[in-house]
Amino acid sequence: MIGFQKLLPTLSLLALTAIWQGVAVFVNSHTLPTPYAVAWVLWQAIASGQLPYHLGVTLLRLVTSFTIAMLMGSAIGILLGRSRKLDAFFDNWLVIFLNVPALVTIILCYVWLGLVESAAILAVVINKLPNVIVTVREGTRALDQDLLDMARCYGFGKRKTLLHVIWPQLHPFIMAATRSGLALIWKIILVVELLGRSNGMGYQLHLFFQLFDVASILAYTIAFVVVMQLIELLVLKPLDKTAQRWRR
Amino acid sequence: MAAVNILINNKTYLAAGRSVAKPAIVDFSLTLNPGEFVCLVGPSGCGKTTLLNIIAGLDQDYDGEILTAKANTSPKIGYVFQNPRLLPWRTVRENIELVLDSQIPASMVDELLEMMQLTSVQHVYPERLSLGMSRRVAIIRAFAVNPDVLLMDEPFVSLDAPTARQVRELLMQLWQRRPHRVLFVTHDLREAIALADKLVFLSASPMTVVREMAVPIARDGRTDEAAIEAFRQQLKSGYPDISGLL
Repeated sequence: MIGFQKLLPTLSLLALTAIWQGVAVFVNSHTLPTPYAVAWVLWQAIASGQLPYHLGVTLLRLVTSFTIAMLMGSAIGILLGRSRKLDAFFDNWLVIFLNVPALVTIILCYVWLGLVESAAILAVVINKLPNVIVTVREGTRALDQDLLDMARCYGFGKRKTLLHVIWPQLHPFIMAATRSGLALIWKIILVVELLGRSNGMGYQLHLFFQLFDVASILAYTIAFVVVMQLIELLVLKPLDKTAQRWRR
Repeated sequence: MAAVNILINNKTYLAAGRSVAKPAIVDFSLTLNPGEFVCLVGPSGCGKTTLLNIIAGLDQDYDGEILTAKANTSPKIGYVFQNPRLLPWRTVRENIELVLDSQIPASMVDELLEMMQLTSVQHVYPERLSLGMSRRVAIIRAFAVNPDVLLMDEPFVSLDAPTARQVRELLMQLWQRRPHRVLFVTHDLREAIALADKLVFLSASPMTVVREMAVPIARDGRTDEAAIEAFRQQLKSGYPDISGLL
């Protein structure tokens, strides 16, 4: 039984592919290619270097904007969580930025800064930043005052307190911001590329849309999902594991 | 090594929803001599924890002063809180080492762990420890910093009687080898008599010192339950001003 359970995820993927195959054969239209046709296109796109190039460009943008948003967001979030005055002042700003549609920030960044790389990155950062701030602020508010008092009475100092008392408590919140952040940035970055860049996944998808090339769209989507899963498996999961090893 | 003097003229607190501050501690003064074990005995809610937090420097909003021999320096504090307050994401040993200066040798930590019978769990995370063990770690942490004043806030509360007795005996062994000034808060008079050189009886809120009294039982006679009980009865019947507080 246990062996069967381990096979279940694989089986479900196969089932999904089979359904796709069945529907594709049934409708028999070039707007829904079969899994085999998509796999072929995917292979060709990889072999020609097109897909790795555009995926690489998008990943670079992702890493850059993600890093900036996480660092700034964590710092600001901790500040707002610790200071009631700052929080009272900036809370409205946060609400406004949280509710500006992504498309609006993107358009404004391009209008004000021109169709340049920095405008693209800035647009992504502005979309992600309030999210990180809010999550980390909640984490900071939930800090255990008893442990902070202990650290103060034993003279831990700023660095030691941050590293050994505050950071481990913030870790789950930062991980939450990371996960939701990666998913969000992926989606925004494509729109950013579609509107104002001449490379990257978003640009390619736009091109395929104009050509009605559904097989390529699906091939790029699959590449995309695989990369995200790899990040989750190879980076996020191990990070979780080492940080949570003290839990019962 | 000279005495540490604690003087609190006035400490007020603002209850939630009130606009007028109520007095919590008035005219409190206490001298801690080197190597002296002092037990504070008083009704619960009288402000003992507030007092310890003031001495520990966690609460600075009061009128008074904590004086040490070296002018203008606050005393070095070891604090055993009512709950152990260990960092759950650091092991027992890391929790102790974190409060130390880096030049203190590892052998001192070994020795303390040995004395408190915790050597076997030194690399375990606190969530896996029993409450009695966590309390012992917190006691080691407080002794490890070589404090001028060691504060203990009912460290044996909510332990069952045999565990409490065991931890108490370990504490006494440790303290006799490293006799720091101890300020020990309890509402259990028997425990106070078993541990203290000097008892300090406190009034209900606003808190002040009602009476100070030396414990006349020799250190090696403190395991004698009868002697402790006899002294307790003598206190209760002989001093009407404190019997109401117990």
